[in-house]
Amino acid sequence: MNMIQAINSAMDVAMERDSGVMVMGEDVGYFGGVFRATAGLQKKYGKTRVFDAPINECGIIGVAVGMAAYGLRPVPEIQFADYIYPGMDQLISEAARLRYRSAGEFTCPITVRSPFGGGIFGGQTHSQSPEGIFTHVAGLKTVIPSNPYDAKGLLIAAIEDPDPVIFFEPKRIYNGPFDGHYDRPVQPWSKHASSEVPEGHYTVPLGKAAVVREGEAVTILSYGTMVHVALGVVAENGIDAEVIDLRTLLPLDIETIAASVEKTGRCVIVHEATRTSGFGAELSAQVQERCFHVLEAPIERVTGWDTPYPHSLEWAYFPGPVRLGEALKRVMKD
Amino acid sequence: MADEAGRNLRSLTLHVPEPKFRPGDAVSFDDMVFPEAGSVARPSVDADPATMRDLPFTLIRVLDKDGKAVGPWNPRLPVERVKRILRGMMLTRAYDDRMFRAQRQGKTSFYMKCTGEEAVAIGAVEALHRDDMCFPSYRQQGLLIGRDWPLVDMMCQVYSNAGDRLKGRQLPIMYSAKEAGFFSISGNLATQYPQAVGWAMASAAKGDTRIAVSWVGEGSTAEGDFHAACTFASVYRAPVILNVVNNQWAISSFAGFAGGESTTFAARGLGYGIAALRIDGNDPLAVFAATEWAAERARTNAGPTLIEHFTYRVEAHSTSDDPSAYRSAEEAKNFPLGDPIERLKQHLIGLGEWDEASHDALQAELTDMVRDAGREAEKLGVLSGTGFVHSFETMFEDVFAEMPAHIKEQSEQMAEERRAAGV
Repeated sequence: MNMIQAINSAMDVAMERDSGVMVMGEDVGYFGGVFRATAGLQKKYGKTRVFDAPINECGIIGVAVGMAAYGLRPVPEIQFADYIYPGMDQLISEAARLRYRSAGEFTCPITVRSPFGGGIFGGQTHSQSPEGIFTHVAGLKTVIPSNPYDAKGLLIAAIEDPDPVIFFEPKRIYNGPFDGHYDRPVQPWSKHASSEVPEGHYTVPLGKAAVVREGEAVTILSYGTMVHVALGVVAENGIDAEVIDLRTLLPLDIETIAASVEKTGRCVIVHEATRTSGFGAELSAQVQERCFHVLEAPIERVTGWDTPYPHSLEWAYFPGPVRLGEALKRVMKD
Repeated sequence: MADEAGRNLRSLTLHVPEPKFRPGDAVSFDDMVFPEAGSVARPSVDADPATMRDLPFTLIRVLDKDGKAVGPWNPRLPVERVKRILRGMMLTRAYDDRMFRAQRQGKTSFYMKCTGEEAVAIGAVEALHRDDMCFPSYRQQGLLIGRDWPLVDMMCQVYSNAGDRLKGRQLPIMYSAKEAGFFSISGNLATQYPQAVGWAMASAAKGDTRIAVSWVGEGSTAEGDFHAACTFASVYRAPVILNVVNNQWAISSFAGFAGGESTTFAARGLGYGIAALRIDGNDPLAVFAATEWAAERARTNAGPTLIEHFTYRVEAHSTSDDPSAYRSAEEAKNFPLGDPIERLKQHLIGLGEWDEASHDALQAELTDMVRDAGREAEKLGVLSGTGFVHSFETMFEDVFAEMPAHIKEQSEQMAEERRAAGV
């Protein structure tokens, strides 16, 4: 399966198992979603479980919170992460705090799916990576898969999770892994091991990172599309890096991260999102707090620049192989 | 500027609304003309909103100036139920009075009264089924009282004391009582409106029979959530009642700042194709009748209803507010729709079912009841003095179903810091 098919399969499995799982969002019903992630679901489960929504993110999230309070497990889709902002009050003030403020009387087991990230010439409003806004909110979990197997397992786990989960799908790798070499043809997922996806139910636990390449020289912390960029650079430069795919940003698997940096003594963090106050800052702070005595070089952050996401200058903005390669050289210098 | 291009255009002017009366002004509501009680027709509950376009611009009233219940909206309630509504309103006011005093005595940090608006909650909750789900704003404490929820439980929340089920996490009056069908109150205005619609959609999708009901003030109708809720309610014909409590004031801003100068709040429903009623919010029987109509409409899959309750916020916005700084004190006294408790009392007296003596006796009984509840609640602590009754670790609970490692770590860090500092 490619990533879209895996995500579609996850919703199918979750809906089959639990009649409380509802899918809603702009264009997700009859049409099956602008990225085809919900294709066929309405036909299979009916219009009262999979339905199109008005173009109103505040309403989509707000209604989902109410459905969750009723006892359902809504899986609302926000068409692009860039458009999640009108729903922010409902996410931050309501979904995230409902369990806490009602001392468990009401809960909000919703999973907000949303395509995110750049590398597709999406310009300013089809490329953003707003994960750092959500990891800053107490009460939300933030999950970002990097391959079809994880996407399905993590999405099922998110839907089954008793708390609200923000599930960001790197749309650049919906159809195949992308190593940042925009001038080369992209491989389809079918040539990648992680495209082996079981048909039925399985989960990938939230809060657990994956070491996708073991190494001794430096730890690279990444998620989403950047996992593939990191793997590509490491292979090209012959650096014995340990590449970690965080998979869940919150709760963070700091144990796996710290164990790796304890071993390597060096750490490079890579994400597409803008740098200042981005999630990389949190990662850097935590690694510094826990691994201060073993660090042999300053922690490097390779991120999007602190600008809105540009259209024509995409490849100068995107933290691709050149930028990550230079950072690795810097951190390996001594 | 205007003539710069030689076009001789008139300057534009910006209209900034201004209430009619400010502090010290003499108040006259003579220009407010209301339809006679009983004069508005009552359509069938499944009527097409397009056939009811006059309703948002009139005022449904049942109690006339002599306190008689008249017209097609008269719910013809058995006298015992009318007495129950009267009692609920009186208890709500007695509760408010005691908790307001408690705040002034420093026993809690904050309180909000609903004086003058008791009918809005009590009249409505009496018309709903016990298991219909309410998504209130912070000024519908009457819903809990009308559902006979224990006053002690409410008071414990206000005191954040040992009996507070919300563990001292929430600002006073932000109750949550799932068993009473009372959704957790949020400080963020109007967020509960689309949530109520979602709850109603869930109920409908599941083939349930329960409906959802929500309340916002007229000020909060300006929030985007109001638009979202109305759109979704209309699109999916959600079994929901959307109440707008138009008490004329949003803290210091009069209703004109929510768009009330140009039209009614009920009229907002028209644009969404939602059935909309505008009612005398100080007439408990009108509130009952409108809610009963809307509930029946929702229960028969005929769609949502928007109800504007025209009323007046008699007291301060909250214990942190002083309305004498922005409005004339005469307004509350002169408000032409009177006081809901007084009006229902006169109605019962007119029926020969009530008199001053029984009213005074009930008043005394309820005051004692609230006092006793107050004493019981205060035994479990008040915010000042015994404050901090909940153990520190509870602060870290319920952020998630299961406490993640980083929060556990912070809980331990707090304990360690306090140990080290000897506090």
